[in-house]
Amino acid sequence: MIEQTQISTPIIQAEKLVKQFGQTEVVSAIDINVSKGQCFGILGPNGAGKTTTIRMMLGQSPISDGQLTIFGLQQPQNAAEIRYRCGVVPQQDNLDPDFTVSENLKIYARYFGMDSTQIERRIEQLLGFVELTDKANTRIDSLSGGMKRRLSIARALINNPELLILDEPTTGLDPQVRHMIWARLRQLKKYGKTILLTTHYLEEAERLCDMLVIMDKGRIIAQGSPKQLILEYVEPHVFEIRAHVKSLSEKIGSLANTSMEIIGDSTYVYTAEQNSVIALLQSEPELEYYHRPGNLEDVFLKLTGRELRD
Amino acid sequence: MGPSLLINFGEPFLYLLGLGFGLGQFVGDINGVPYLVFLASGMVAFSATNTASFEALYSVFTRMVPQRTYEAMLATPLTVDDIVAGEMLWCATKSLISGTAILVVAALLGAVSSFSAVLVIPILFLTGLCFSGLALMMTAVSRSYDFFNYYMTLFITPMFLFCGVFYPIETLPDFLEPVARNLPLAHTIELTRPLIAGGTIDNPLLHLLALSLFALVGYYIAVVLIRRRLII
Ligand SMILES: Nc1ncnc2c1ncn2[C@@H]1O[C@H](COP(=O)(O)OP(=O)(O)OP(=O)(O)O)[C@@H](O)[C@H]1O
Ligand SMILES: [Mg+2]
Repeated sequence: MIEQTQISTPIIQAEKLVKQFGQTEVVSAIDINVSKGQCFGILGPNGAGKTTTIRMMLGQSPISDGQLTIFGLQQPQNAAEIRYRCGVVPQQDNLDPDFTVSENLKIYARYFGMDSTQIERRIEQLLGFVELTDKANTRIDSLSGGMKRRLSIARALINNPELLILDEPTTGLDPQVRHMIWARLRQLKKYGKTILLTTHYLEEAERLCDMLVIMDKGRIIAQGSPKQLILEYVEPHVFEIRAHVKSLSEKIGSLANTSMEIIGDSTYVYTAEQNSVIALLQSEPELEYYHRPGNLEDVFLKLTGRELRD
Repeated sequence: MGPSLLINFGEPFLYLLGLGFGLGQFVGDINGVPYLVFLASGMVAFSATNTASFEALYSVFTRMVPQRTYEAMLATPLTVDDIVAGEMLWCATKSLISGTAILVVAALLGAVSSFSAVLVIPILFLTGLCFSGLALMMTAVSRSYDFFNYYMTLFITPMFLFCGVFYPIETLPDFLEPVARNLPLAHTIELTRPLIAGGTIDNPLLHLLALSLFALVGYYIAVVLIRRRLII
């Protein structure tokens, strides 16, 4: 019973949230509900409106229309109190280059009104958590991109926030750092933190998120758990064939529960009838193909299309 | 630190030495005050002016735009009001430090005639608040550093030359005098000169009020403009 009520405690509630810049609408009447303890993802191509949505949640951008409550508090009237309870990892690093690693954390802690004894302990813990203990006295300029991101995460946790908001936390990082950050985020989730993250990396969303929405051009075009979305929008099996063979295509195309897409030099087959497809493919032994399960990337491309964004 | 020390302290110090001793030989006394003392009491005020202006233009722009420091701060409970207040207090602190340094040097050169000169220190702070408030309004709307050259050349330098640092404002032609008298640096010098050179301050309350008013108006407008720029 206790579990039940906890899980349904709403942390973020957006209703018909709208953002306009002049005449252009960049967030169009979106509804978002995030419950306590969830890891919630916002996926979308460049310019979808992810960062703008986050900025409205933090009171950094006025709301054009609709309702937005965080922790049950109305935004923007309660902006400062809401920010007091949030931790934010921005899309672009904004660490202070005038200070060292631990000074960055100390200054940030002061913005939250923490006292000195509290701060020292917290900094030590957090540097350990993101594995930057030996960089405590290093200046920001000499950190690598991955270290800066880890420091940004530590900084976002300084006030022990209830809600952690991360805007593309792993963009541009190498696999080691990405895996490390994923592990830390899962750990934070275990501690009961609510997490909102935006990402372009579908595998990231698949690994971390309980729930996600896919945004495109300011609208939410799909939502659900990663599994639900894959089930709902793509066939369970995907074949990528590195050629177009007209006769083969016709045969595959006539199978039930199968769709096909030609992109560049490849043919993509989405199907529930994997055995029939395999049989057809094996009749052309020189054909190169790659068989994999349908994933979130397929959902994403199917829903947002393949044309390039800004 | 190095470059800002040079501008805020080195430059007024060089003026004081070069003009105070060199020109002082020819000028002798102004209204019964030795030229070196006269100049020092103006240069202390100008040092505070220059320090606050530079900090509130160039350094604030650096924090607000390329370094995105304000964006980071606005993800904490701080508001634009807090940030602008913090910047002004910091600018004023730097003004106090650089102005006091010039005051100490002037004292060592024998250019301070009265112990009342210690009262100059809080006035330097108020001057810093005034000029940082004014400069912040510019920084708030500036798209690049280039813009600040206009502010320095068209506003700060004329004050430097016309507000009584080098000669009494009364010397100015009739059409210029009332203008110069109402500029903020003139108010600061009306306060610092008697305190350093000895003598009484005419209308001390008027000058304190004028500087406070410039500071408050600057603060208020800078908050509105920076909010409009960042909270979009
Ligand atoms: N200040 C602004 N004025 C006008 N348009 C803006 C402004 N900020 C953002 N936009 C536009 O709003 C749209 C959404 O931008 P936003 O930054 O929210 O996208 P995003 O989903 O975060 O994209 P990305 O993945 O590239 O970070 C874009 O088309 C962008 O050009
Ligand atoms: Mg973004």
